[in-house]
Amino acid sequence: MIALSDYLILGAILFSLSVAGIFLNRKNIIIILMCVELMLLAVNMNFVAFSRFLDDSAGQVFVFFILTVAAAEAAIGLAILVVLFRNRRTINVADLDTLKG
Amino acid sequence: MTFEKILFYVFATILVLSATMVITRRDPVHSALFLVLAFFTSAILWMLLEAEFLAIVLVLVYVGAVMVLFLFVVMMLDTELAATRAGFVKMLPVGLVVAGTMAFEMILVVGPKYFGLDKFAMPAPHPADYSNTEELGEVLYTVYMYPVEIASVILLVGIIAAIRLTLRKRPDNKSIDPAIQVKVTKGPDRIRVVKMESEIKQVVK
Repeated sequence: MIALSDYLILGAILFSLSVAGIFLNRKNIIIILMCVELMLLAVNMNFVAFSRFLDDSAGQVFVFFILTVAAAEAAIGLAILVVLFRNRRTINVADLDTLKG
Repeated sequence: MTFEKILFYVFATILVLSATMVITRRDPVHSALFLVLAFFTSAILWMLLEAEFLAIVLVLVYVGAVMVLFLFVVMMLDTELAATRAGFVKMLPVGLVVAGTMAFEMILVVGPKYFGLDKFAMPAPHPADYSNTEELGEVLYTVYMYPVEIASVILLVGIIAAIRLTLRKRPDNKSIDPAIQVKVTKGPDRIRVVKMESEIKQVVK
Protein backbone atom coordinates (compact mmCIF):
# COMPACT_ATOMS: atom_id res chain seq x y z
CA MET A 1 0.00 0.00 0.00
CA ILE A 2 1.15 3.51 -0.75
CA ALA A 3 1.59 5.51 2.44
CA LEU A 4 0.87 9.21 2.89
CA SER A 5 4.56 9.76 3.61
CA ASP A 6 5.48 8.54 0.10
CA TYR A 7 3.48 11.32 -1.48
CA LEU A 8 4.77 13.90 1.01
CA ILE A 9 8.38 12.88 0.35
CA LEU A 10 7.76 13.11 -3.39
CA GLY A 11 6.37 16.62 -2.89
CA ALA A 12 9.37 17.58 -0.77
CA ILE A 13 11.82 16.34 -3.42
CA LEU A 14 9.95 18.19 -6.17
CA PHE A 15 9.95 21.40 -4.12
CA SER A 16 13.69 21.14 -3.40
CA LEU A 17 14.42 20.48 -7.07
CA SER A 18 12.59 23.64 -8.07
CA VAL A 19 14.47 25.64 -5.42
CA ALA A 20 17.70 24.28 -6.89
CA GLY A 21 16.41 25.28 -10.35
CA ILE A 22 15.94 28.88 -9.24
CA PHE A 23 19.51 28.90 -7.91
CA LEU A 24 21.00 27.36 -11.06
CA ASN A 25 19.07 29.37 -13.67
CA ARG A 26 18.95 32.69 -11.89
CA LYS A 27 19.79 34.59 -15.10
CA ASN A 28 16.86 33.26 -17.10
CA ILE A 29 13.42 34.54 -16.12
CA ILE A 30 11.52 31.97 -18.18
CA ILE A 31 13.07 29.01 -16.38
CA ILE A 32 12.52 30.75 -13.02
CA LEU A 33 8.80 31.04 -13.89
CA MET A 34 8.76 27.34 -14.80
CA CYS A 35 10.38 26.50 -11.46
CA VAL A 36 7.65 28.47 -9.68
CA GLU A 37 5.04 26.38 -11.52
CA LEU A 38 6.89 23.24 -10.43
CA MET A 39 6.83 24.44 -6.81
CA LEU A 40 3.07 24.97 -6.98
CA LEU A 41 2.75 21.45 -8.38
CA ALA A 42 4.68 20.06 -5.41
CA VAL A 43 2.38 21.90 -3.01
CA ASN A 44 -0.69 20.66 -4.87
CA MET A 45 0.63 17.10 -4.59
CA ASN A 46 0.62 17.46 -0.79
CA PHE A 47 -2.90 18.91 -0.80
CA VAL A 48 -4.31 16.09 -2.92
CA ALA A 49 -2.56 13.41 -0.85
CA PHE A 50 -3.87 14.84 2.43
CA SER A 51 -7.33 15.21 0.94
CA ARG A 52 -7.35 11.50 0.07
CA PHE A 53 -5.92 10.20 3.33
CA LEU A 54 -8.04 12.44 5.57
CA ASP A 55 -11.10 11.82 3.34
CA ASP A 56 -11.91 15.52 3.09
CA SER A 57 -12.67 17.20 -0.22
CA ALA A 58 -11.56 20.63 1.05
CA GLY A 59 -8.00 19.85 -0.02
CA GLN A 60 -9.05 19.25 -3.60
CA VAL A 61 -11.10 22.46 -3.63
CA PHE A 62 -7.99 24.31 -2.47
CA VAL A 63 -5.95 22.76 -5.29
CA PHE A 64 -8.63 23.97 -7.70
CA PHE A 65 -8.16 27.55 -6.53
CA ILE A 66 -4.37 27.26 -6.58
CA LEU A 67 -4.58 26.13 -10.20
CA THR A 68 -6.78 29.14 -11.02
CA VAL A 69 -4.43 31.64 -9.41
CA ALA A 70 -1.37 29.95 -10.94
CA ALA A 71 -2.88 30.16 -14.43
CA ALA A 72 -3.63 33.87 -14.02
CA GLU A 73 -0.14 34.42 -12.60
CA ALA A 74 1.52 32.65 -15.52
CA ALA A 75 -0.50 34.67 -18.04
CA ILE A 76 0.34 38.04 -16.44
CA GLY A 77 3.97 37.05 -15.82
CA LEU A 78 4.50 36.05 -19.42
CA ALA A 79 2.77 39.22 -20.64
CA ILE A 80 5.15 41.31 -18.51
CA LEU A 81 8.04 39.27 -19.91
CA VAL A 82 6.97 39.94 -23.50
CA VAL A 83 6.69 43.70 -22.83
CA LEU A 84 10.06 43.64 -21.09
CA PHE A 85 11.69 41.90 -24.03
CA ARG A 86 10.06 44.34 -26.46
CA ASN A 87 11.51 47.32 -24.58
CA ARG A 88 14.92 46.01 -23.52
CA ARG A 89 15.66 43.25 -26.06
CA THR A 90 16.86 40.98 -23.25
CA ILE A 91 15.49 38.73 -20.55
CA ASN A 92 18.77 38.36 -18.70
CA VAL A 93 18.08 39.22 -15.06
CA ALA A 94 21.51 40.86 -14.74
CA ASP A 95 20.60 43.44 -17.41
CA LEU A 96 17.36 44.47 -15.74
CA ASP A 97 18.84 47.08 -13.43
CA THR A 98 16.77 50.16 -14.31
CA LEU A 99 15.46 50.44 -10.75
CA LYS A 100 19.04 50.37 -9.36
CA GLY A 101 17.96 47.83 -6.77
CA MET B 1 4.63 -4.90 -3.35
CA THR B 2 1.23 -4.36 -4.85
CA PHE B 3 0.59 -3.24 -8.43
CA GLU B 4 -0.39 0.24 -7.25
CA LYS B 5 2.87 0.62 -5.39
CA ILE B 6 4.87 -0.34 -8.48
CA LEU B 7 2.86 2.20 -10.52
CA PHE B 8 3.54 4.86 -7.89
CA TYR B 9 7.29 4.27 -7.91
CA VAL B 10 7.52 4.19 -11.70
CA PHE B 11 5.66 7.47 -12.11
CA ALA B 12 7.36 9.12 -9.13
CA THR B 13 10.73 8.28 -10.71
CA ILE B 14 9.63 9.75 -14.06
CA LEU B 15 8.36 12.86 -12.27
CA VAL B 16 11.62 13.46 -10.36
CA LEU B 17 13.74 12.81 -13.45
CA SER B 18 11.71 15.16 -15.63
CA ALA B 19 11.86 17.85 -12.94
CA THR B 20 15.65 17.43 -12.91
CA MET B 21 15.71 17.81 -16.69
CA VAL B 22 13.60 21.00 -16.42
CA ILE B 23 16.20 22.71 -14.27
CA THR B 24 19.31 21.45 -16.07
CA ARG B 25 18.50 21.74 -19.79
CA ARG B 26 20.35 24.39 -21.76
CA ASP B 27 17.47 25.17 -24.12
CA PRO B 28 14.31 26.67 -22.52
CA VAL B 29 12.17 24.83 -25.11
CA HIS B 30 13.45 21.50 -23.79
CA SER B 31 12.75 22.67 -20.24
CA ALA B 32 9.17 23.53 -21.19
CA LEU B 33 8.65 20.15 -22.84
CA PHE B 34 10.01 18.30 -19.80
CA LEU B 35 7.71 20.41 -17.62
CA VAL B 36 4.81 19.13 -19.74
CA LEU B 37 5.98 15.59 -18.98
CA ALA B 38 6.16 16.44 -15.27
CA PHE B 39 2.58 17.78 -15.26
CA PHE B 40 1.34 14.75 -17.14
CA THR B 41 3.01 12.35 -14.70
CA SER B 42 1.57 14.23 -11.73
CA ALA B 43 -1.88 13.93 -13.27
CA ILE B 44 -1.40 10.16 -13.32
CA LEU B 45 -0.27 10.21 -9.69
CA TRP B 46 -3.38 12.22 -8.76
CA MET B 47 -5.48 9.59 -10.46
CA LEU B 48 -3.86 7.02 -8.17
CA LEU B 49 -5.11 9.25 -5.32
CA GLU B 50 -8.62 9.13 -6.82
CA ALA B 51 -8.67 12.84 -7.59
CA GLU B 52 -9.83 12.31 -11.17
CA PHE B 53 -11.33 15.74 -11.71
CA LEU B 54 -8.16 17.58 -10.72
CA ALA B 55 -6.03 15.20 -12.80
CA ILE B 56 -8.04 16.02 -15.91
CA VAL B 57 -8.03 19.73 -15.05
CA LEU B 58 -4.25 19.59 -14.68
CA VAL B 59 -3.88 18.09 -18.15
CA LEU B 60 -6.41 20.42 -19.77
CA VAL B 61 -5.44 23.68 -18.08
CA TYR B 62 -1.72 23.19 -17.57
CA VAL B 63 -0.60 21.04 -20.47
CA GLY B 64 -3.24 22.44 -22.80
CA ALA B 65 -3.10 26.14 -21.97
CA VAL B 66 -0.35 27.30 -19.63
CA MET B 67 2.47 25.25 -21.13
CA VAL B 68 1.45 26.17 -24.68
CA LEU B 69 1.61 29.80 -23.55
CA PHE B 70 5.10 29.15 -22.15
CA LEU B 71 6.21 27.53 -25.40
CA PHE B 72 4.85 30.45 -27.43
CA VAL B 73 6.73 32.95 -25.31
CA VAL B 74 9.94 30.91 -25.30
CA MET B 75 9.88 30.66 -29.07
CA MET B 76 8.92 34.32 -29.52
CA LEU B 77 11.77 35.66 -27.43
CA ASP B 78 15.07 35.28 -29.18
CA THR B 79 17.40 34.85 -26.24
CA GLU B 80 21.10 34.38 -26.44
CA LEU B 81 21.62 31.15 -24.53
CA ALA B 82 25.17 31.77 -23.39
CA ALA B 83 24.38 34.93 -21.40
CA THR B 84 21.40 33.48 -19.57
CA ARG B 85 23.41 30.37 -18.87
CA ALA B 86 26.32 32.16 -17.20
CA GLY B 87 26.97 31.18 -13.60
CA PHE B 88 25.33 27.77 -13.90
CA VAL B 89 28.42 25.85 -12.86
CA LYS B 90 29.36 28.47 -10.28
CA MET B 91 25.99 28.18 -8.55
CA LEU B 92 25.79 24.39 -8.85
CA PRO B 93 27.36 23.53 -5.45
CA VAL B 94 25.37 26.20 -3.59
CA GLY B 95 22.13 25.13 -5.23
CA LEU B 96 22.76 21.46 -4.54
CA VAL B 97 23.67 22.11 -0.90
CA VAL B 98 20.61 24.31 -0.25
CA ALA B 99 18.22 21.97 -2.07
CA GLY B 100 19.75 18.88 -0.49
CA THR B 101 19.47 20.35 3.00
CA MET B 102 15.88 21.41 2.38
CA ALA B 103 14.91 17.99 1.04
CA PHE B 104 16.66 16.24 3.96
CA GLU B 105 14.91 18.40 6.55
CA MET B 106 11.50 18.05 4.93
CA ILE B 107 11.86 14.29 4.62
CA LEU B 108 12.76 14.14 8.32
CA VAL B 109 9.50 15.90 9.12
CA VAL B 110 7.14 14.21 6.65
CA GLY B 111 8.82 10.80 6.65
CA PRO B 112 7.22 7.46 7.57
CA LYS B 113 7.76 8.11 11.28
CA TYR B 114 4.91 10.62 11.46
CA PHE B 115 2.94 9.99 8.26
CA GLY B 116 3.41 6.28 7.72
CA LEU B 117 0.70 3.73 7.12
CA ASP B 118 0.36 3.05 10.86
CA LYS B 119 -0.48 6.73 11.49
CA PHE B 120 -2.61 7.36 8.40
CA ALA B 121 -4.16 4.15 7.11
CA MET B 122 -4.98 3.95 3.42
CA PRO B 123 -8.70 4.71 3.12
CA ALA B 124 -10.89 2.19 1.37
CA PRO B 125 -11.24 2.80 -2.38
CA HIS B 126 -14.41 4.55 -3.49
CA PRO B 127 -17.21 2.43 -4.98
CA ALA B 128 -17.50 2.17 -8.76
CA ASP B 129 -20.40 4.64 -9.00
CA TYR B 130 -18.54 7.33 -7.05
CA SER B 131 -18.09 10.56 -8.98
CA ASN B 132 -15.26 12.80 -7.89
CA THR B 133 -16.48 15.61 -10.15
CA GLU B 134 -19.92 15.46 -8.59
CA GLU B 135 -18.53 15.60 -5.06
CA LEU B 136 -16.32 18.60 -5.86
CA GLY B 137 -19.06 20.36 -7.81
CA GLU B 138 -21.50 20.04 -4.94
CA VAL B 139 -19.21 21.77 -2.45
CA LEU B 140 -17.84 24.26 -4.98
CA TYR B 141 -21.26 25.73 -5.74
CA THR B 142 -22.58 25.68 -2.19
CA VAL B 143 -19.94 25.98 0.53
CA TYR B 144 -17.29 27.66 -1.63
CA MET B 145 -19.59 29.95 -3.60
CA TYR B 146 -17.76 33.16 -2.67
CA PRO B 147 -14.27 31.79 -3.41
CA VAL B 148 -15.48 30.60 -6.83
CA GLU B 149 -16.75 34.10 -7.61
CA ILE B 150 -13.45 35.61 -6.47
CA ALA B 151 -11.55 33.11 -8.60
CA SER B 152 -13.58 34.15 -11.63
CA VAL B 153 -12.76 37.80 -10.94
CA ILE B 154 -9.08 36.88 -10.67
CA LEU B 155 -9.25 35.19 -14.07
CA LEU B 156 -10.96 38.27 -15.53
CA VAL B 157 -8.23 40.49 -14.08
CA GLY B 158 -5.68 38.14 -15.63
CA ILE B 159 -7.28 38.45 -19.06
CA ILE B 160 -7.54 42.24 -18.92
CA ALA B 161 -4.03 42.70 -17.52
CA ALA B 162 -2.43 40.44 -20.12
CA ILE B 163 -4.23 42.14 -23.00
CA ARG B 164 -3.55 45.66 -21.72
CA LEU B 165 0.13 44.93 -21.09
CA THR B 166 0.83 43.59 -24.55
CA LEU B 167 -1.40 46.02 -26.45
CA ARG B 168 0.53 48.59 -28.46
CA LYS B 169 -0.33 51.38 -30.87
CA ARG B 170 1.17 50.73 -34.26
CA PRO B 171 2.21 53.91 -36.10
CA ASP B 172 0.73 52.66 -39.37
CA ASN B 173 -2.62 51.86 -37.79
CA LYS B 174 -5.47 53.48 -39.77
CA SER B 175 -8.37 52.58 -37.48
CA ILE B 176 -10.82 55.34 -36.57
CA ASP B 177 -11.32 56.54 -33.02
CA PRO B 178 -14.92 55.52 -32.24
CA ALA B 179 -15.37 58.58 -29.99
CA ILE B 180 -14.91 60.90 -32.97
CA GLN B 181 -17.07 58.66 -35.08
CA VAL B 182 -20.15 58.84 -32.87
CA LYS B 183 -19.83 62.60 -32.25
CA VAL B 184 -20.71 63.70 -35.78
CA THR B 185 -24.03 65.49 -36.24
CA LYS B 186 -26.34 64.71 -39.06
CA GLY B 187 -25.96 67.90 -41.12
CA PRO B 188 -22.73 69.82 -41.58
CA ASP B 189 -20.30 67.13 -40.31
CA ARG B 190 -21.20 64.62 -42.95
CA ILE B 191 -21.70 66.62 -46.13
CA ARG B 192 -20.13 69.82 -47.33
CA VAL B 193 -21.93 72.02 -49.86
CA VAL B 194 -19.48 73.65 -52.23
CA LYS B 195 -20.32 76.61 -54.44
CA MET B 196 -18.47 76.54 -57.71
CA GLU B 197 -18.67 77.79 -61.22
CA SER B 198 -20.25 75.56 -63.74
CA GLU B 199 -17.75 73.85 -65.96
CA ILE B 200 -17.28 75.10 -69.50
CA LYS B 201 -16.81 72.35 -71.96
CA GLN B 202 -13.67 72.89 -73.97
CA VAL B 203 -13.64 71.70 -77.46
CA VAL B 204 -10.38 70.31 -78.52
CA LYS B 205 -9.54 71.07 -82.06
